Amino acid sequence: MKHDISLLVESLLVADRLAAEGIVNELTQDVSPISIIETLIVPALEHIGRGWEDGSVALSQVYMGGRICEKMVNILLPPGAPDRKDQPRMALCVLQDHHLLGKQIVYSLLRAAGFELLDYGNISVDEVVKRVKSDGIKVLLISVLMLPSALKIRKVTTAFDDMGLDVKIVVGGAPFKFDDQLFQVVGADAMCTTASSVVPVIEKIMEVSHGN
Amino acid sequence: METDHMTSLERVLTTLGHNEPDRVPLFLFLTMHGAKELGLSIKDYFSRGEHVVQGQLKLLEKYGHDCIYNFYHAPLEVEAWGGEVVYCEDGPPNSGTPFIKDIKEIDSLEPPLIDACTCLEKVLTSARLLKEHVQDQVPIIGVVMSPFSLPVMQLGFNKYIELIYESPLLFRRLMEVNTRFCVNWANAQLDAGSTAICYFDPVSSPTIIPRELYLKTGFKVAKNTIAQINGPTATHLASGRGLSIVDDLVKTGTDIMGSSSLEDLGRVKAACRGKLTVLGDLNGIGMCGWTPEQAEEEVKKAIAAAGPGGGFLLSDNHGEIPFQVPDEVLLAISRAVRQWGQYPLDWISS
Repeated sequence: MKHDISLLVESLLVADRLAAEGIVNELTQDVSPISIIETLIVPALEHIGRGWEDGSVALSQVYMGGRICEKMVNILLPPGAPDRKDQPRMALCVLQDHHLLGKQIVYSLLRAAGFELLDYGNISVDEVVKRVKSDGIKVLLISVLMLPSALKIRKVTTAFDDMGLDVKIVVGGAPFKFDDQLFQVVGADAMCTTASSVVPVIEKIMEVSHGN
Repeated sequence: METDHMTSLERVLTTLGHNEPDRVPLFLFLTMHGAKELGLSIKDYFSRGEHVVQGQLKLLEKYGHDCIYNFYHAPLEVEAWGGEVVYCEDGPPNSGTPFIKDIKEIDSLEPPLIDACTCLEKVLTSARLLKEHVQDQVPIIGVVMSPFSLPVMQLGFNKYIELIYESPLLFRRLMEVNTRFCVNWANAQLDAGSTAICYFDPVSSPTIIPRELYLKTGFKVAKNTIAQINGPTATHLASGRGLSIVDDLVKTGTDIMGSSSLEDLGRVKAACRGKLTVLGDLNGIGMCGWTPEQAEEEVKKAIAAAGPGGGFLLSDNHGEIPFQVPDEVLLAISRAVRQWGQYPLDWISS
């Protein structure tokens, strides 16, 4: 499988969808879909995420790779399939910002890792608080590009505290990369510097909530 | 503390010639802080060119830096194309929903005429008035979004990346249209009194696209566009990395490179020495929480890394200082440059 991971990474980095599909399709005869996702697709995306972190992989490669994998996983494991993750209810948004790329990358990567999540898109603070409550969301992921959007997260965390809602907030995006203390300033529970690092953060949140 | 012996323009031209001027030039890329100075909201401030003139002159007097920054905000260009600008109280205006809804619209897209756009005319008015005030004492920096980076606002980031990878013909057509606009817009600003043009091109950064793809796309676009701009240009990658494409940037014909605080400034300077002037790289986001003492330390660090030999302009790393950066930090930066930026920089070796 190790060899397949590097082949898949190679094809994803050049956005070669057909090559990526070929590698995955060859395995579907003998390996279960969930195993292909967990032992091939997720490690490949994590590898690309590490490259983004150290500067050797570009954002466009992360995006195109995630998009290709999301499509493959949707075929391997259609939405609602019983093998999809047993997970807390999650939603993803940007706060009053039309820079949607980061959100889209996280969405694709989480779905490619077998998670289901609601995409709230570009939304106001008041609206996100209302929807999180009505949808029973337990983990809210917020992607930002601009500093004012990052600072708005404080209003979201305050509103959740005031309403007594137990929602974990995971944030990511450029302002957090340039100031690694900022996520605490805005009251978030965790910060991710890459889209693929969201997966272990959510798994940790799941462990803690199951432990309780 | 030493007094200055050169005008700002002399200082900047000397460093651009890769020689040491009297001190390290300081470019404070302040846009929204002018609104604070005039007691206006950001939206009101940018509604009239005269406000920007007053704001820039007040900032120049207060901080004594070495440039006038006649940049309003990035979505101003989108407004010229018929897009929407979304203002907020505490940050730069954002571009609204991308105005190209379907990539097929690119086929019939035509660039706006500069003199038919009220929003662009404001910028030209402020350039003219600022030039009357500062004459040839202080350089006036105009700004364009590169033809290669503008589509992030025209189409949305994800659709644009898909276009680059999957629709080469439409991509080429969009670059052709955007280049026409960019060249006209840059030259109109130069004609109105701007000294140089900052060519914002974040999508060309290896942070956003791999170098192999850049060489086939953003590099060619930049080379073609910059050749048609009738004045000096600074390529700014807006916090994105640039070290691995320094030699490519040189070939685009640009004179200055904006450096990111994600990279080692000393290494960037070594790669650019004698070829490109380095502009950077104080962390704008970090600056929001600095104390004056931290500001002084950061200025010293940057000067020590990139000051020797000239070819260095001290600035933030993004090309726009956040609204949240307090005045005392900016004053501390300005003081520190005067204290630690006097050439020769003998204190570095000691």
